Amino acid sequence: MTLDVDVQKRLGAFEVAMRFQTGGGITALFGPSGSGKTTLVNLIAGLLRPDKGRIALGSRVLVDTNTGVFLRPAERRIGYVFQEGRLFPHLSVRSNLMFGRWLTPGARRWGDFDAIVDLLAIRPLLARRPRDLSGGEKQRVAIGRALLSSPECLLMDEPLAALDPARKAEILPFVERLRDEMRLPIVYVSHSVEEVARLADTVVRIEGGRVLASGPVGEVFATIDAEGGFEAGGVLTARLVTEAGADGLARLEHPAGALLVPHVGRPAGSLVRLSIRSRDVTIAVGEPGRLSVRNRLTARITAIAELAPPDVAIRLDVGGEPLVARITRDAVRELGLEPGQMVTALVKAVALDERRG
Amino acid sequence: MEQLFTPEEWTAIDLSLKVATVATLASLPVGIAMAMLLARGRFPGRSLLAGIVSLPLVLPPVVTGYLLLLAFGRKGPIGAFLDQTFGLVFAFRWTGAALASAIMGFPLMVRAIGLSIEAIDRRLEDAAATLGAGRIVVFLSVTLPLAIPGILAGAVLAFARSLGEFGATITFVSNIPGETQTIPSAIYALIQSPDGETGALRLTLVSIVIAIGAMLLAEWLAARFRAGERT
Repeated sequence: MTLDVDVQKRLGAFEVAMRFQTGGGITALFGPSGSGKTTLVNLIAGLLRPDKGRIALGSRVLVDTNTGVFLRPAERRIGYVFQEGRLFPHLSVRSNLMFGRWLTPGARRWGDFDAIVDLLAIRPLLARRPRDLSGGEKQRVAIGRALLSSPECLLMDEPLAALDPARKAEILPFVERLRDEMRLPIVYVSHSVEEVARLADTVVRIEGGRVLASGPVGEVFATIDAEGGFEAGGVLTARLVTEAGADGLARLEHPAGALLVPHVGRPAGSLVRLSIRSRDVTIAVGEPGRLSVRNRLTARITAIAELAPPDVAIRLDVGGEPLVARITRDAVRELGLEPGQMVTALVKAVALDERRG
Repeated sequence: MEQLFTPEEWTAIDLSLKVATVATLASLPVGIAMAMLLARGRFPGRSLLAGIVSLPLVLPPVVTGYLLLLAFGRKGPIGAFLDQTFGLVFAFRWTGAALASAIMGFPLMVRAIGLSIEAIDRRLEDAAATLGAGRIVVFLSVTLPLAIPGILAGAVLAFARSLGEFGATITFVSNIPGETQTIPSAIYALIQSPDGETGALRLTLVSIVIAIGAMLLAEWLAARFRAGERT
């Protein structure tokens, strides 16, 4: 389902005039704070009325100032995950989740309560009040609440901005699962290069209330001076096999291969999340020979995005999880890398994240 | 209990509670609507309306009572209409005492409810709207529950004000034992009579006990709701 946006809105001295179209998957509205991203999302949700313009979701016109159409937020079937969660403080987590569900006619409902609760891992929270939740838990409940209202499109306005890095890493996989498992079109607002690089299919780059560029993530990011941008290569979840062998290394099992990391400090069998910097990922074509690098993962190239020269970001699918490698353009040419190709990702150093997976 | 008070005193206590309860409950929906209108409405004449609502606070109660008598008396324009159409009579009836009490307590009630409506994070209402809630559902499921501490406070203030109402009541509906003689009127009447001192004192104590009880109840309820809401 495509979202067609062409709107103008003046708020005091600030003017938003934006036009773009999204495809399926995740569309990132990317730009610095105060660039008009939230205004745009509020226009899409119907919380603001455009001075002029038209927004359509698939074949449904949500607002058109020429024909005088204006659907109120309740009529738009658009889920909205706010930056600060906005859970209802007077209701339990379960009632918060069911709020939109109760208001959705049975015929239009999709998604199963239990499945969504499990997807977001919020079952233990159901009886609690929002005030007893951590920031990350609140955002997961907010995502669940929006999903359970059976939206045709999901808006996420910097859902991770209020969270610390550990909590961010906790939520990101859930957003990826929404994209991959629910096949729900998502408009994701962010000013973080890392989040956008990891999540987005399409990027709309916004500044000063205007669209600077829009298109596939690789194309748009090629125009950005991404100095130090793609540091966050990815986060892999692996199962701990043995805590410490004779060599003092812990052995982890990942669908794409085995990993060796220094001391983990957790019982065998537990899931461990590993965050990997894009500069620490090397790509080899074919079976690499004798190397000092111990961690080798089978990977498929999903996309190649130009960064500021001489760098290129290679997006990889590593056993179902995304990983970005930052290598030089020369290397890409020399190795003849292209999307769809199977390669070996060599992870030089594995940085262990502090939390449990 | 029966031995503690004379039948006349007991009647006054009973009537006072009835008048205050009816005045509070009947004015509550109107008070909530008015508080919503004043807190959220943007229309010409809003300040004027707010002023009119507050008028009973600043007018001498006797003046309010006399205005009520002019409007709601049997021959008054509103009173005659209500009498002929619905058979509803306020003048010199306990219903009139309830009306006078409601009018006198109304500004306090509207102010307390308005403050709590203004304190509500309207972004929560936006969130409810994006989840499919129309305006009425948003009001009933988000605005109203979040305003409950203010509604309780407003109701208690109005109730307490009703119990203390004297000037407007005595002017509007007089001081008829068994019909319009509430605790304050009864105390007034007892003080006027040579041997009424102890009766007046007993009713005074009753007033204090009811007022403190209502206040504690309100504090307790508000604390419970606040505890359930803190984010």
